[in-house]
Amino acid sequence: MERVPISTHIILIIGALFMTLPVWVAFATSTHAPETILREGLQFWPGAHFFETYNEVLFVEGGVMKKVTATTMLKNSMILGVGFAIGKVVISMLAAYAIVYFRFRLGVPLFWIIFMTLLLPLEVRIIPSYEVVANMGLLDTKAGLIIPLIASATGTFFFRQFFKSVPDELLEAARLDGATAWGFFIDILVPLSKTMIAAILIIMFVVGWNQYLWPLIMTTKEENYTLVIGIKQIYQVLNEGGELPQFQKAFALTILATLPPVLVVLIFQRWFVKGLVESEK
Amino acid sequence: MAQVELKQVRKTYPNGAEAIFGVDMQIDDGELIVFVGPSGCGKSTLLRMVAGLESVTSGDILIGDRLINDVSPSERDVAMVFQNYALYPHMSVRGNMSYGLKNRKMDKAEIERRITDAAKMLKIDQFLDRQPNQLSGGQRQRVAMGRAIVRNPQVFLFDEPLSNLDAKLRVQMRIEIKKLQRRMNVTSIYVTHDQTEAMTLADRLAVINEGRVEQMGAPMELYSNPRTLFVASFIGSPAINLIPVRFDGTSLLAGDISIAGFSGLPKDKDLVLGVRPDVLTVSDAGQFAISVDLVEQHGGENLIYGSLSGVSADNGDAQEMCLKASHDLLPGIDEKMKLAFNPDDAFVFEKDTGTRLI
Repeated sequence: MERVPISTHIILIIGALFMTLPVWVAFATSTHAPETILREGLQFWPGAHFFETYNEVLFVEGGVMKKVTATTMLKNSMILGVGFAIGKVVISMLAAYAIVYFRFRLGVPLFWIIFMTLLLPLEVRIIPSYEVVANMGLLDTKAGLIIPLIASATGTFFFRQFFKSVPDELLEAARLDGATAWGFFIDILVPLSKTMIAAILIIMFVVGWNQYLWPLIMTTKEENYTLVIGIKQIYQVLNEGGELPQFQKAFALTILATLPPVLVVLIFQRWFVKGLVESEK
Repeated sequence: MAQVELKQVRKTYPNGAEAIFGVDMQIDDGELIVFVGPSGCGKSTLLRMVAGLESVTSGDILIGDRLINDVSPSERDVAMVFQNYALYPHMSVRGNMSYGLKNRKMDKAEIERRITDAAKMLKIDQFLDRQPNQLSGGQRQRVAMGRAIVRNPQVFLFDEPLSNLDAKLRVQMRIEIKKLQRRMNVTSIYVTHDQTEAMTLADRLAVINEGRVEQMGAPMELYSNPRTLFVASFIGSPAINLIPVRFDGTSLLAGDISIAGFSGLPKDKDLVLGVRPDVLTVSDAGQFAISVDLVEQHGGENLIYGSLSGVSADNGDAQEMCLKASHDLLPGIDEKMKLAFNPDDAFVFEKDTGTRLI
């Protein structure tokens, strides 16, 4: 190993502190009593109310209607994140498979149309999307929350590029081996895309978990709230209610909301990096 | 085991590019046919048409007595070995070999028996549980062949299977393919651009040029009796010496030199005299005088390259001549030599059409 100059370390340490300090402050503050926070502001060292706060947030029903706990919201967020990620991977793999391996009329223009939807983020089409979902009677359902989001230009594009790099001879060999179109997809392409699938699953889980605007307008009942919305709701209570502001709960929810994506990335980072780096043939 | 028959087979791509212009061919049971030709001549296209990977624009392809133009590749009962092996990278050797059989819903015990037999024959039995990326090029090539063999097909198709291997391994695998094909006695079509491979493997070879079969026959027949200038120049290593000449009624004129011993040739046309390097001998009475440029020592023989005095090639450079001599003939650079040949051993072609006249 080469000796790295000390200045490099210092820059790295400052960068790391810069990234992690807010998280630490949020955590430390969440373990104090609301009175302390109100009186003294943000806390840099953990207080004595860890169990109290987290127990209350996780298991005591709160919110405007006093109907929802963080556990419920965690569950909802998890369903959204996982459903979103799996849905995106399945849909975009199938779309990319069709685009790369089947010669059909308008295949190329269709691909570019899909690709161009990248230019139209959800925010732009949120009213028509809402209209469609509302007319289908899917408001306040998990299906309505997930399905409109799973069409993915990014995923389709990644898989398309990957499939294009798979040598044609593999397809030809499989055809001679009597593989059907479906068989080639399941037996050859899916296993070859393993690391790619893992990487996209992870990215999409995090993206799905962090969805804010869509779940916000899609859910009206508190028991359908995701964690990210829950945080927002608590702040709203803080501002409007006459009670003592529950800052520690808001921070606890924030910490809870960051944990799952962090865990997913930590646990699967080996696959994740492999999927992004590897050009496996 | 089956015959393969091609009748007026043509291939035109949707963009109008024509690849194959009416090929007729009859391949006998158990025969090893080699398609040989330069890059882009259509030899691979023709093979892929037999495999079913390319559609047939017109004409018929028959395996046995069955017309297979519109039969799907997997039902044609052919197996193919690809240039880059095309092994499924995520499957073990066993998985690669069994995949086609599983798709055919073959009985598990029978699959296992066939894999064991083929693996033994190819000496890959100790690698059966490895992944392709843990194998060397030669081993991968064997697995690719194993995958073809377990299918027990009527026809083997080889698409330049050895061109990714190093020279030594290529020679070794070439011998093995030949032996294997003899033993299994399966009709085979082998595509290569390497004329040595073609000459040594083929029962018969088909020289393909620009989408047409120029000539088809046993290797030695093509070597000693080429029908066109293209076949003469493509077959044989080192390549045949080709000298631009004209005929004056009694002898051939090339630059300042005149060569007797020819008759019955057209007088007013550009001709090409073809003399193989191994029919030239050193003799003071020789027709050609050369000045030696380079001697390649191959061990058992020497290849002597020199420029022919008195003749210039079409592009104005000196006309190169090559002589195949025994290893003890070792002239110095710029040494003058005289080379003779028997006119009966030489060919004369018409330059424009490439047709052989003598």
